[in-house]
Amino acid sequence: MIAAILSLTLLGAVLGFGLGIAAKKFAVETDARVAEIAALMPGSNCGQCGFPGCAGAAAAIAEGSATVTVCPPGGKALAGALAAKLGISIDLSGVADAGPKIAAIAEEICIGCCRCVKECPTDAIVGAAKQIHAVMREACTGCGNCIDRCPTEAMKMEPVPVTLQHWVWPKPVVTEAEPSWA
Amino acid sequence: MSEYLILLVTTALVNNVVLVKFLGLCPFMGVSKSVDSALGMGMATTFVITLACGATWMLENWLLVPLGLGYLRILTFILVIAAVVQFVEMVVKKASPELYQALGIYLPLITTNCAVLGLALINVQEKSGFVKSLLYGFGSAVGFTLVLLIFAGLRERLALARVPASFAGAPISFVLAGLLSLAFMGFAGLNFK
Repeated sequence: MIAAILSLTLLGAVLGFGLGIAAKKFAVETDARVAEIAALMPGSNCGQCGFPGCAGAAAAIAEGSATVTVCPPGGKALAGALAAKLGISIDLSGVADAGPKIAAIAEEICIGCCRCVKECPTDAIVGAAKQIHAVMREACTGCGNCIDRCPTEAMKMEPVPVTLQHWVWPKPVVTEAEPSWA
Repeated sequence: MSEYLILLVTTALVNNVVLVKFLGLCPFMGVSKSVDSALGMGMATTFVITLACGATWMLENWLLVPLGLGYLRILTFILVIAAVVQFVEMVVKKASPELYQALGIYLPLITTNCAVLGLALINVQEKSGFVKSLLYGFGSAVGFTLVLLIFAGLRERLALARVPASFAGAPISFVLAGLLSLAFMGFAGLNFK
């Protein structure tokens, strides 16, 4: 018992120490900006930008192959923060900040062809052949892949609807009125 | 000397780890899409298997047997293999970022490649000496690399072939793997006596 505990501890310690030294010795210098940009990103890895996750988008932004407006969920605020981080000036007046959107199906046009179902990366669309499909809002990441697949244009992106599960008490509004004691 | 040569040929061809023992099928199907990444994967796995076979032999004969800790065998072996794979990952990342990108998730998955653990355990079972363990591991790993390369080459050709829609993709690859396995069964007739 003692021998087992001791030998396993020793083995783990030796291997861990060796790997630690090896990590120092074989360290690869990465672009420090990538980590900083990745820290600014939403981190939900939704894939709406077309890159493999937020880290992939951060690497693309750092090397200049993607613009700072690449992230739809980040919107205007993120684009401004990224532009400030990279030291570039950008005109954000044209960037629509519509908030997060998810897919929705116009049920009166859906013909039940199942094409959007196959396209969905998160299996958020349920439906069978010749049955009207539906989007499960909790599973949809809003990647928009399904929109172009629909032959009847029944798929569209809509702002996330407020449901009982999502609803939050609105923040108090600061009144501009003069305090009574003034 | 000839004994070691026979051991190498036997492990690489006759008792091929993938096609005869059916170990390490995950990278066999997963990383065999292009010859380049297959070669990289084969080299990485060869390195890991050879190193792991040596390390586990030392572990078995110097620690587990003297202390009577045979029941910790799989646990400690996996620990050592995981450490070796981590080390290989660091080296590959440093030496060849392209290979690191190409191997992707399959590089850390060498840890759970059953061929690595399987060969270490077979060595224990056969009570081989240190050199024989190393050679056994190395020969098997060379066989693994060889099969991976052949399969990747075949799949590259297959990508250009006209395959019936119902067989396209994974199914035809499995058929191909079965045919390759049948072909390797032919080596069972090799006789060194």
